[in-house]
Amino acid sequence: MVEHPEQAADYHPPHIVPVPIYVAVFVALIIFTALTTGIAYIDLGKWNTVVALVIAVCKMVLVVLFFMHVKYSKGLTRIVILGAFFWLGIMITLTCSDELTRHWEIVPQGWSAGMHIARQLF
Amino acid sequence: MSTEAPAEPAVNYLNASYGIKSWLLTLDHKRIGLLYLATITLMFVVGGLAATLMRLHLVEPQGALFEPETYNKMFSSHGIIMVFFFLIPSIPATLGNFCIPLMIGARDVAFPRLNLMSWYLFVTGCAFVLYDTISGGVDTGWTFYPPYSSLYAQSHVVAAALGIFIAGFSSILTGLNFIVTIHKMRAPGMTWFRLPLFIWALYATSLIFVLGTPVIAVTVFLLGLERLLHVGIFDPAVGGDPLLFQHMFWFYSHPAVYIMILPGMGVISELITAFSRKKIFGYSFVAFSSLSIAVISFIVWGHHMFVTGQALYAGLVFSVLSFLVAIPSAVKVFNWTATLYRGSISYEAPMLYALGFIGLFTIGGLTGLFLASLATDVHLNGTYFIVAHFHYIMVGGAVMAYLGGIHFWWPKICGRLYPDMWARISAAIIFIGFNLTFFPQFMLGYLGMPRRYAVYAPEFQVLNVLSSAGASILGIGYVIPLVYLIWSMRYGPIAGPNPWKAKGLEWTIPSPPPTENFEEIPIVTEDAYNYPAIEPHAYPDSQGVASV
Repeated sequence: MVEHPEQAADYHPPHIVPVPIYVAVFVALIIFTALTTGIAYIDLGKWNTVVALVIAVCKMVLVVLFFMHVKYSKGLTRIVILGAFFWLGIMITLTCSDELTRHWEIVPQGWSAGMHIARQLF
Repeated sequence: MSTEAPAEPAVNYLNASYGIKSWLLTLDHKRIGLLYLATITLMFVVGGLAATLMRLHLVEPQGALFEPETYNKMFSSHGIIMVFFFLIPSIPATLGNFCIPLMIGARDVAFPRLNLMSWYLFVTGCAFVLYDTISGGVDTGWTFYPPYSSLYAQSHVVAAALGIFIAGFSSILTGLNFIVTIHKMRAPGMTWFRLPLFIWALYATSLIFVLGTPVIAVTVFLLGLERLLHVGIFDPAVGGDPLLFQHMFWFYSHPAVYIMILPGMGVISELITAFSRKKIFGYSFVAFSSLSIAVISFIVWGHHMFVTGQALYAGLVFSVLSFLVAIPSAVKVFNWTATLYRGSISYEAPMLYALGFIGLFTIGGLTGLFLASLATDVHLNGTYFIVAHFHYIMVGGAVMAYLGGIHFWWPKICGRLYPDMWARISAAIIFIGFNLTFFPQFMLGYLGMPRRYAVYAPEFQVLNVLSSAGASILGIGYVIPLVYLIWSMRYGPIAGPNPWKAKGLEWTIPSPPPTENFEEIPIVTEDAYNYPAIEPHAYPDSQGVASV
């Protein structure tokens, strides 16, 4: 006879998130999206990307914690999530090892390229 | 006919239900494995035809068959189909799907519906790529480097990228399914260190599936965005960086090489032990080497970019890291060899493939070290040396292991034996054909012949003709197993539960297995590969004479 999952000794019922929390997270995500759109119209100079990324990270954290139930999970699930971020970190770090140490040289294109080389030579 | 001949079980997974619907809606992991087998065989034929035509074209220095544009499409189709639609799913989706539950003592995978869905996603991806191939093809190479692919290519880049994107989700679902199955569905007593090494290898592969495949999906999606909507991601004219594509592409595509080879290594561990009648030498080292290969595979991708404008500092870092992957790979090769030592070795067809794998993989791996070295890579990058190197890994390694695995588990899959002599002959033909095809390419690359060119200098013709001759032998070697395996499904002798006298739960049940695999879930009480010790007197003495 097949044992019903609820009867198993190590069975833990899933945590049920109250609907108001889902609604609150949804509203927060909408607000963050509006904020991203609004800030796009303001030139913050070198902070443009930083601000956009900070908002995006906030939205991601909300989704991971509440919609993906990580706030209510433990053990292996959290390790998996941390592993995923660690792997993302590997990708970003090693890509930056190229990007931040690259020898940037502006190479002019077209007619001006020929002139640039000519000036260097003569 | 002997009265003791093994009988086929009256009801098994193949005859439990009939009709096309029973296959297309099946949730049985064994049937889904066979659906994958049929699909990837079709893709292998298409990709193989493209390769055959390329080799025919290269018989003459000026090209015998095609315009250069058509040649570009040939090698692109060959690469895309073989990498994404044959090699990546080959062992995991067919043999993995079929064997994992049988080997760990489970009735099915953890999520059977997800398993079927992954096959449908894969078929959808195949359909896009076949459409792309038939309707004119793509000419970017399998690597899709921008800005050519995003701005200039006039071919069907988006259809091919979409096919890869969709098939990627199939990989993710398969990996997820395998991880959960291996964690949660092992039979009582089947501890982690009693698992067959094929399972360890597939576990490591599944980690790469789950961690890496989303990145290639994002990458080809961004490429599509740039091509269709001109969003500046990789195009420097609008603030993008073409090297960013290469970083993201290789972050997945280098580990993808290990998606291809790790399951093959798992198969080889099974074959070497079964046909040496010995416990594997250093079980835990072989198991953990699979995991360390999976982890290290994610930190070496920059060696594909030494000459593409990547910073020298990053090049140094990636060069050093790339050398690391040689360590766990060598652990495996040395341990397989040590397993053979004083084993009771027999040379059935699967073992011939396994021995071929060890030799060819070693050559492929060692030539990889040439390419991981910054200075030699400057000379060898973009030449046929690279083509030869990765074919020694992917064909000499992964395909040999795949064929070895198919031959090993075929009696379990269909309950019938294939003609062993034909199988041994075809293994030998494949080994000879493969080496004749690709060894000359090492020499061509060293001499400076660039890859992906439709024409070449006349002095390279002899080596090119040798390579093309080898390709025809290789093609014959691949056709023979296709014929006798199909023949054996109906006319082969009944195999019985364990024709190889091998260890492992899958060999304790009838062939073909019943739909539910095990009548009762087994209780595992012994380690993997627990073959009886070989008596010392069976060994030859120093004069080569067996002392009895």
